[in-house]
This record gives sequence, C-alpha cells and structure tokens, in this order.
Amino acid sequence: MARLNVNPTRMELKKLKARLSTAVRGHKLLKDKSDEMIRRFTVLLREDNALRSEVETELISTLKQFSVARSVTPKYVAETAFAMPAVAVKADCTVESVMGVNVPKVALSAEKRAEGLPYAFSEITSEADYSVEKVATLLPKLVKLAETEKAVRLLAVEIERNKRRVNALEYVMIPQLEETIKYIRDKLDENERAAIVRLMKVK
Amino acid sequence: MLGKMAIVGDGDSIMVFKAAGVDAFPASDEKKAREVLRRIAGEYSVIFLAEELARPLGDFLKRFDEEPYPVILPIPTGKEEDGYGGEQLRSAMERALGVDILSH
Repeated sequence: MARLNVNPTRMELKKLKARLSTAVRGHKLLKDKSDEMIRRFTVLLREDNALRSEVETELISTLKQFSVARSVTPKYVAETAFAMPAVAVKADCTVESVMGVNVPKVALSAEKRAEGLPYAFSEITSEADYSVEKVATLLPKLVKLAETEKAVRLLAVEIERNKRRVNALEYVMIPQLEETIKYIRDKLDENERAAIVRLMKVK
Repeated sequence: MLGKMAIVGDGDSIMVFKAAGVDAFPASDEKKAREVLRRIAGEYSVIFLAEELARPLGDFLKRFDEEPYPVILPIPTGKEEDGYGGEQLRSAMERALGVDILSH
C-alpha cells in the first residue's frame, strides 16, 4: 500500500494520528449503519415479495373478469360508464426516514361521491361492478406495494453506496494512514539515534 | 402533501382503474408512455405503469430511483404477469446484498 506523500515531521505525525482515529471511528459507524440497513432491507424485501405475488394474482383475476364484462358491452357505452369515477381517491404523500434514507409514505383516503356505482345497472353487466369494486379495494394494497418497492430500491442504492464507503475506509484510507504513521515514526527514531551517535562521537 | 394517482397503460385495463378513482393516461406503445411519464411525473406522486410498457423503459425509469417521489410501480395488466416487477426486486436485492435470499 502506497504511503502518503508527507514530510516526516512531528506535526504531520500528530495530524495523521488524528485522521486515523477519525477514520477508524467513521469506519465502525458506517459498518454498523450498513448492518442495520441490510437488516431492514431484508425485512422490507420479504414483505414486498409476499405483497407483490398476492396483489399480482388478485389483479390479474380482476382484470380478466373485467375484460369479459367489457366484451359484452358496446365500446361507447362502457367508455361513458367508466369515465366518471365512483370515488375520488386522495393520496396523502409524506416522506419517512429509514436509516437516513427518505422513503415515500402514502396514506389513502377515499371519498365517496355518490352511493353505489356511477352508472345505470342496465348498461353494464354485473361482472364489471364486481371488478370495479375489487380494484377499489385492491388500491390500498397496490399503493402499499408501490411504497415498499420504492423503499426497497432506494435502500438498495444507499446500501451499495455505503458499502463502497466502508470498503474505501477499510482497504485504502486506514492502511495508508497506518503505513504513513509507521514511516514517520521510523524516520523520527532514526533521526534521534543519529543525533545520539553524533553526540557520542563528539564526546 | 396531497398527491394524485395515475395509471399509464393501454386498452381495457386502465378503464377499470379510472372507475376506481385513478386518473388514467392511455399509452399504446413505449414511446408514448415515455412522453406521458415525462409530462405527468412532476404532477402525480403514485404512477402505476403496465408491465409490458415498463420493460422497454427500464433505463428511463432508473432516473426515478433517487428521489422518493414519484413512485412508479409496474403492474400486470395483461392476462398474465410477465414477472417484470419480480425481476426488478431481484436486481435490487443483488445490488444490495449480493445474494439471493428469496429463492428457497
């Protein structure tokens, strides 16, 4: 490992020692942070995976049902019927911090506009009613999935970044500092011995 | 902050979301979807995107990975899931952990 290009003086030695202790402490802290982030990440990941498979199967079955319902109604009727939403969904979006990473947090609140579905029952088959209702109940789950998935991705990026920092400290910065400190100490000792020998010779 | 939700996809699937109170943006192909996303990314905080459109837009969607909002979620809208969401999850896991902890 290359040592730093500094003059072997006491001043430098003192400075480097301070830097080394900071680096060691930083390394420990970052390593702890990394461990905790990975722990949270695995929890989120498992949650996300379970939620995704659940939502996906439900969504597909709902959409299948809906396309059946669509196929038996004329296009223009269906379009006008579904143009008006039954509920107005509001998403309250905030940001939550997980280990210093800002992740989204969404709370849904549905506001009923009118009782029941927004079209005449004679126009649309009942399958469509079911699927619209199903999607409406599925929506909170979908939002939850979106939220966790984003958190997983954000955390993944941050974990990678943090890992790089830890490695840079562990394998580059700290060895470099240690070697330079050793070099300066050797050099200073050598000077001291040389001075003693010179004095002895003079006497 | 009060956010809005949108779905970008094609055909029937977005209609049912519209009925459930999500703003729907039709996009038949990848190019259109990109345009729509660029337009609505600032305005909407949760955007559902059809999986078959999300797959070719992978690189474009990466730019949203740094900020908490907007949240873009690929969802299956066809007859079958094509596993894009799962793949994304796996790649995130590989980046962060280096091992696969889900496949057992």
